[in-house]
Amino acid sequence: MAILINENTRIIVQGFTGRIGTFHAQEMIEYGSKVVGGVTPGKGGKTHLGLPVFNTVKEAVEQVGAEASIVFVPPAFAADSIMEAADAGIKYCVSITDGIPTQDMMTVKSFLRRFPKTQRMMLTGPNCSGTISPERAMLGIMPGHIYKRGNVGVVGRSGTLGYEAADQMRRLGIGISTSVGIGGDPIIGSSHRDVLEKLEQDPETKVALMIGEIGGPQEVEAGIFAKENMSKPLIAYIAGLTAPTGRRMGHAGAIISTAGESAAEKVERLKELGVTICPTPSLMGKTVAEVLARV
Amino acid sequence: MDIHEYQAKEILTEYGVKIAEGGLAYTVDEAVQRCREIDGSVWVVKAQIHSGARGKAGGIKVCKTHEEVEAAAEALLGKKLVTHQTGPAGKICSRLYIEAGTEIARELYLSFMIDRSHERVIMVGSAQGGMEIEHLAATNPDAIVKIHVEPAVGLQDFQARTMAFALGLGEDLLNHAVKTIKGCYRALRDLDANILEINPLVVTKNNELIALDAKMSFDENALFRRHRIAELRDKTQIDQREVAAAEAGLSYVGLDGDIGCMINGAGLAMATMDMIKLAGGEPANFLDVGGGASAERTEKAFRLVLADEGVKAMLVNIFAGINRCDWIAEGVVQAVRNIDMKVPLVVRLSGTNVEEGRRIIADSGLPIITAETLAEAAEKVVQARNEVVATQG
Repeated sequence: MAILINENTRIIVQGFTGRIGTFHAQEMIEYGSKVVGGVTPGKGGKTHLGLPVFNTVKEAVEQVGAEASIVFVPPAFAADSIMEAADAGIKYCVSITDGIPTQDMMTVKSFLRRFPKTQRMMLTGPNCSGTISPERAMLGIMPGHIYKRGNVGVVGRSGTLGYEAADQMRRLGIGISTSVGIGGDPIIGSSHRDVLEKLEQDPETKVALMIGEIGGPQEVEAGIFAKENMSKPLIAYIAGLTAPTGRRMGHAGAIISTAGESAAEKVERLKELGVTICPTPSLMGKTVAEVLARV
Repeated sequence: MDIHEYQAKEILTEYGVKIAEGGLAYTVDEAVQRCREIDGSVWVVKAQIHSGARGKAGGIKVCKTHEEVEAAAEALLGKKLVTHQTGPAGKICSRLYIEAGTEIARELYLSFMIDRSHERVIMVGSAQGGMEIEHLAATNPDAIVKIHVEPAVGLQDFQARTMAFALGLGEDLLNHAVKTIKGCYRALRDLDANILEINPLVVTKNNELIALDAKMSFDENALFRRHRIAELRDKTQIDQREVAAAEAGLSYVGLDGDIGCMINGAGLAMATMDMIKLAGGEPANFLDVGGGASAERTEKAFRLVLADEGVKAMLVNIFAGINRCDWIAEGVVQAVRNIDMKVPLVVRLSGTNVEEGRRIIADSGLPIITAETLAEAAEKVVQARNEVVATQG
């Protein structure tokens, strides 16, 4: 099972023929992802990496049955590409692009809300490392070899901290059903809560790990969702104990601006909601192992 | 990106917002000259620094004579002002805004910002202006009115009227209030601002509505299409290390501890800093070296971290995805050799090409302490720092 992507998901790459798009398309293909083509406006009809290039996403949907897309388009044009994917009927889109203006993302979200929920494209990112269902499909830029297949669902804002979690788990023999990077920007396609909702429905996933950070209300909202709607245990780590108020820590979203957004405050709220807390980032693997042993 | 009060006011006048008469001064002479140009008998000399709460820090002086203006300008120019927003380092004042004194009847609050959780612009107002909105929100939340704006259709007149009435701006001021409110919203949207705050917005004794202060902050990611805004950046208001970092494509935040850090990825950087703290140390900085870090960028990152003379030990923690451990290792070895590093260095590499990376470090013959896990790396760097402190007495 897994969520969002598996070995049969038909994937296209937006920004296919560029340097970054080309490199990661190759990596995804080598991992086993079913990449069926790509989109670069103006280069339609050509072949790249042995796959067809289309002018529009709509053509890719019609001609090769594209279901999922990954966006490597530069920040100035990325919002447009995401909306094109949604309009063409893509079901799941990952936006890797870092540096998209916040108001562009506001427009994207407003555009997506026009679709009835059943027909609305799911978007994760921007500014994320993508999604991987280990040993089946990778729709992202992560080092695939550190992920082992298993029954822990992972959702996190950060790319490299997600790698750290996957690596700790693999060393303990624990695998992952699907790991989803939701990105570090202020406005993102899907929240922790949205991904937890999918993980709850996935029969392969037994427990969920949420890797959060300072800033914004999302982790606590996810904790409330878990308490009210999830049968599976939720484990969380919140990064940024040492972060000062009002200073942006790399991610545009990682800034403590109002009460309740610091790591310590989020941890307190999550504990109250019955979430198992990883006290340190080096104990993510071990904490998951302990919870798994009880399931 | 923050801008100064006078810059924000200049922008807002183009959007129909009224301000008091004023002018900019870089020198004491210019300050007196500005005051001669402005009619009236009261002038306000305002320090232009990127911070709120300037009044409490002595950055705003009300003057009744040209001599007082001269004295105020002399006192402020070139001085560092410390407010609760600037931190102990303070911010240097190199520009003054000289403004005609305003007779205030009522002080109001009005702001617009991007509300992350609602993914919309939120308009916030209160009939009780002048104080900090955070304080008002804590003590009297009912005094604050919040209105969300649907991005697809923009701010509607009825919403602007609702806000105007909430601010007590009925009857004769209503039309201008609506114009002011809609102008602010357009400025925020047209110019990719994240925050626009007018505190206070005042009703004068002559029954005019004017912005007595103005603060705007812009989305760094949108500056590529806002050239005019990008030119307003005042580098004297930013930590010089952060300026150097941005120019090298690094993300750096200076902190108060003594363990220097170089890490890839913002989340892993925050997590590593947490580990240092849990191991009993304090990080000197946040530094995200980013993806695809070249040897050159690694060396720049080292120089930036070590430019802080308080650093007593340094930790490199890389989990390579797009990065490759062998490239990073080469960069580390090159940096240590070129910089003639005096403090102990702990390196933890993981991910793509890790064996090759570790071999490069081992073969270098340099006294680099290596670690395999995150926990081990944090413990080793704190231990190394403690040994340095012990030797130094």
